[in-house]
Amino acid sequence: MEWRHKNLITLEGWTREDLGFFLDQTEYMEELLNRPIKKVPALRGKIVMNCFFENSTRTRASFEIAGKVLSADVINWSSSGSSASKGETLRDTVWTLEAMAADAVVVRHGEVGVPDYLAKKLTKASIFNAGDGTNGHPTQALLDLYTARQKLGNLEGAKMAIIGDVLHSRVARSDIQAFRKMGAHVTLSGPATLMPENTASLGVEYVSDAREAAEGADILYFLRMQRERQEDGLIPSIDEYHRRWGATDSLVSLASPRAVVMHPGPMNRGMEIASSVADGPRSVILDQVRSGVAVRMALLYLCLGGVR
Amino acid sequence: MTAQAERRWAEKASVLGAEDMERVLRRIAVEIVERNKGLERVILLGIQRRGVYLAARLREMMKEAEKVKVPTGELDITLYRDDISVLADQPVVHSTSVPGDITGKKVVLVDDVLFTGRTVRAALDAITDLGRPERVQLAVLVDRGHRELPIAADYVGKTVPTSRAENVEVRVKELDGEDRVVICERTGGTESGVEA
Repeated sequence: MEWRHKNLITLEGWTREDLGFFLDQTEYMEELLNRPIKKVPALRGKIVMNCFFENSTRTRASFEIAGKVLSADVINWSSSGSSASKGETLRDTVWTLEAMAADAVVVRHGEVGVPDYLAKKLTKASIFNAGDGTNGHPTQALLDLYTARQKLGNLEGAKMAIIGDVLHSRVARSDIQAFRKMGAHVTLSGPATLMPENTASLGVEYVSDAREAAEGADILYFLRMQRERQEDGLIPSIDEYHRRWGATDSLVSLASPRAVVMHPGPMNRGMEIASSVADGPRSVILDQVRSGVAVRMALLYLCLGGVR
Repeated sequence: MTAQAERRWAEKASVLGAEDMERVLRRIAVEIVERNKGLERVILLGIQRRGVYLAARLREMMKEAEKVKVPTGELDITLYRDDISVLADQPVVHSTSVPGDITGKKVVLVDDVLFTGRTVRAALDAITDLGRPERVQLAVLVDRGHRELPIAADYVGKTVPTSRAENVEVRVKELDGEDRVVICERTGGTESGVEA
């Protein structure tokens, strides 16, 4: 099959076939991580710029490792201490990056639509969205999909429950899109104050009772809860939130026998997830992190190669 | 990759039939045993994709003849190619799976066709990243000449003189439905959509 995507802004334009092919390629990339020498020359001479205008540890490190395993040169450009804090416009920053001959720009930004805007401004470099505001985080969705497929096999007809602060979650948006494309049924749960208004138009169901969502589910996906949400009056109290929507042993026991527990990290133990679940037999949270590197390797490899 | 796939190749001559192929592989299997004085510490590594099937057959033949199960793996060299940056599309990656540690072993690389030698060069780089074998040998079903690098095979099924305009296709029943080696010649245009 022929790969047609140069950028990854959103998974909207990816077909189910694209996703399947991408996950297969990811599998072969993962094997490289088991080797004594984790380096291949595939992207020698390519420059990858990591531009994070928002904090990130794992996504940035993951892109960095992915690039380095494939022999690309990876440069980290962060907003603090960069010219962004000196008032340079985003457009000028990006033109600067391109003038430095970057072959790929990985961007995370607090504003929705920044990666898309950059993709239109850059002529040569590939753009990868590493999270834009509450809009999307497509590489997270790919690594979630990869992890779930690895554990459960074909996702057609699989039942997924996404539980927590869906309203502010770019992970949830991208995951809903990706898992539905692969044929999974997605149910959301969480406080009504933290749900988007248009759940039906996303093609998903909403139930306020987490137990109902977890019942028979194959994938239990818990979202990160920010403490500020309580100050904003969106959740009653941390204890109550944990009891009603947190990943507890009793909630997880309702899921299907083969169920996996996922979380995008970083976790707030005792808030959206109990330690006994995070470290328990169903948890695939560390597999997700590992998959993240392989997924980003596949992305860099497929989108960066070839003649421009 | 696609431009090439869309080019039209017409079959010009049959080089090996199914029986010939089997005979040739049996001979290679015997030669491998002979050269290595048995099969101790020998590992077969098939180069993706058709080399993988040929390696599996050699393994079966050795099992029959020597009653030894030779550890066999598969090696994908895509990420080591020297033409990645000049190809129009990224070549697809296939699986690499090596049976255990190759350090100190005698690795026999198995490929279908030896042509420019660039695939073997890439395979040697891949092997270096996987361990340090005692020695590496090369077995190919067909040597068609036109080397661009100083590489030679230790075991050759058949030497086939070709012109550069021709293509040697090794077909294996697992992938192509038949066991046969044919020489093909380009008939149509060099790019997509040109009818023969």
